[in-house]
Amino acid sequence: MKIAPLGGPLITKTTVTAAILTVLMAGLILYRFVFGLGAVTNLNNGYPFGLWIVYDLVIGTAFACGGYGMALLVYVLNKGEYHALVRPALLASMFGYTLGGVSVIFDIGRWWNAWHIITPGWANPTSVMFEVGACITLYCLVMWIEFTPAFLEKWAPPKSRKALGKVMYVFIALGVLLPTMHQSSLGTLLVPFGFRLHPLWQTHLLPPLFLISALCMGYAMVVFEATLVSKAYRRPSEADLLARLSKYISGLLVAYLALRWGGLAVEGKLALAFDSGGLSTMFLFENLLFALPILLLSSDKGRRNPQTLFIAAVCMLLAGSLYRLDAFLLATDRPGWHYFPAIGEILVSVGIVAVEVLAYVVFVKMLPVLEVADEGGPVLHTVKRADLAATTQE
Amino acid sequence: MALSRRNFLKGAAAGGAVAASAAAPAAARENKTLPPKAVGLLYDSTICVGCKACVKACRDANDTQVEFNTAEPLWDTPLDISGHTITVIKLYAEGTADHKDQERNGFAFIKKSCMHCVDPSCVSVCPVTAMTKHPETGIVSYEPGDCIGCRYCVASCPFGVPQFQYDTAFPKIVKCQLCKHRQVDGKLPACAEVCPTGATLFGPVVALREEADRRRALPPGQPTTFSRKTVGSADTHEKAVARYVPHTYGVSEMGGTQMLLLAGVPFDKLGYPALRERSYAAEAETLQGGIYTGMVAPIALLAGLLFVAHRNTKHDADKPGADGED
Ligand code: SF4
Ligand code: SF4
Repeated sequence: MKIAPLGGPLITKTTVTAAILTVLMAGLILYRFVFGLGAVTNLNNGYPFGLWIVYDLVIGTAFACGGYGMALLVYVLNKGEYHALVRPALLASMFGYTLGGVSVIFDIGRWWNAWHIITPGWANPTSVMFEVGACITLYCLVMWIEFTPAFLEKWAPPKSRKALGKVMYVFIALGVLLPTMHQSSLGTLLVPFGFRLHPLWQTHLLPPLFLISALCMGYAMVVFEATLVSKAYRRPSEADLLARLSKYISGLLVAYLALRWGGLAVEGKLALAFDSGGLSTMFLFENLLFALPILLLSSDKGRRNPQTLFIAAVCMLLAGSLYRLDAFLLATDRPGWHYFPAIGEILVSVGIVAVEVLAYVVFVKMLPVLEVADEGGPVLHTVKRADLAATTQE
Repeated sequence: MALSRRNFLKGAAAGGAVAASAAAPAAARENKTLPPKAVGLLYDSTICVGCKACVKACRDANDTQVEFNTAEPLWDTPLDISGHTITVIKLYAEGTADHKDQERNGFAFIKKSCMHCVDPSCVSVCPVTAMTKHPETGIVSYEPGDCIGCRYCVASCPFGVPQFQYDTAFPKIVKCQLCKHRQVDGKLPACAEVCPTGATLFGPVVALREEADRRRALPPGQPTTFSRKTVGSADTHEKAVARYVPHTYGVSEMGGTQMLLLAGVPFDKLGYPALRERSYAAEAETLQGGIYTGMVAPIALLAGLLFVAHRNTKHDADKPGADGED
């Protein structure tokens, strides 16, 4: 068994649809660059951060934390057995982050000055936005370097790979440090919102809450993608690996909930969880989505059932997304202002996902990303698969 | 097995370092203090007559375009500050709106523009130093040449002041800069210069605070003199003192502001929220500083990660033809 290109046709229903959506997005972006942000978005001075920041950047990069999570597990905690999941996770992360970063260029008004954020003389260290911007830029770079072995394996002589392999640990270390920094900072970003952010969300625990939930979402995305990929390409299911992975996920979810509720208790805000009207509903719904996967994954049977695992992953993705959506938009109070994304805004966000899908498909077909059988056909993780078959037949 | 367990502990310890440093009570960043030669405005709602001469003067001084919000585009009718309007006079009206400066069945005027905070959020949050506070005058300026248009200042200003232009391909942030370009020539901020009643008054912040105290200490109904243009100027008029709410807005809010407000109607009714004294800038910088002071925690974490990652990938790299990913 080895990591190799999947091969197969590049023009499929999926890629054609994705390409159409991509072209649509390109048109809208062009329009935005000519006529200004208001021509395509519903952004305003009460809600200056809209769908592009909240979905493409804040939620999108958390979705893209799979690479971070897997690197943490495999290289820091030395769980080598998850190795097969690393490269696909890294690929998805690389696209998620890169496109999140690109969408920022669409979003910022004076994009031609974007380089200021990483340039001494401009960069302002007291600004959380600076930390987020600089750190995400760097992390994108690090991920592309981490991914270069896949390019090299295809096109370069083995020697070059060996040289890179010797220093790869530096990029792996950076690849764990940087997301730890900016995923927590994405939470700190909200502290200056002060009273405008509802107290159920406004807390000094924003940094760890954002960090832990990003990891949950990252791992969930690994599960989600592994399931989809094995379905779509009829590849061996990674279910046994995922089953073991889910133990770590449960731990993270418990930590998140403990911090969230413990924080409220310490800050004396527990009552707010129930008497804040619509926002209480949102808050409790968020927490339910965080709690449900713990329950689903509590039994060995649940963890080994691909369907349960998949549902748990979807719950986590929704939980983390809703937490971010609430914190950045729904729980912020801007009297007199309203925001709901415009059609154009939504189509751009959809287009970005389309680009990710398109690029992912092209990459896994052309580059060594996924594990395939030596002959190129599907393979079973023999013993483990047998286990799995036994458990799922029960 | 033993090895992986040890590494697990190391990894956990490294991860804990960041969390620990976040929790450690790092030296708090205190509120900033009023600069020595701080200048500002005192707006007294009770002597404002709502003529909007200041709005027009501001347009001329800062070259902003008129805004139409009525069916017939006859008058300049900005509804609030915007990407094209730096200051507005708004009307509070309640019930029958018969009595000036009265909360019930009354009305009042209120000016809206940048507060020139002593510890401004916009300066603290701007990632590229496009917002700056003058070390002497305390005027909070905006430099479009530096700005990336991220709108974090828009989202973070506690007073909702910076306004982004969504209607152009080359947008800027718009906000009052206290006519710093006029002050260079020894001129006053345009709004203070034209105000016929001295409701908008320019001057050193300390003197403005004293003037606000003086007015509030007078018994309602007593005739007194009000300066026009600058605090303490000889250009005065006499008027009976109104009944003020017992607070000068901007003395303590968010660590103080260089624009001060007096009114006869509670400030929250006039669109000025009740705000605590500790600035959000100080709070956010304390939290962020707790994690990043001297970059100690990130560097320590990186060192730990380098060590562990090196160890856990060494075998891969040594394998012939391998690249650390196989
Ligand atoms: S009022 Fe807003 S824009 Fe003006 S100085 Fe304060 S934080 Fe900055
Ligand atoms: S919009 Fe411009 S001035 Fe405001 S925070 Fe961003 S870069 Fe700074």
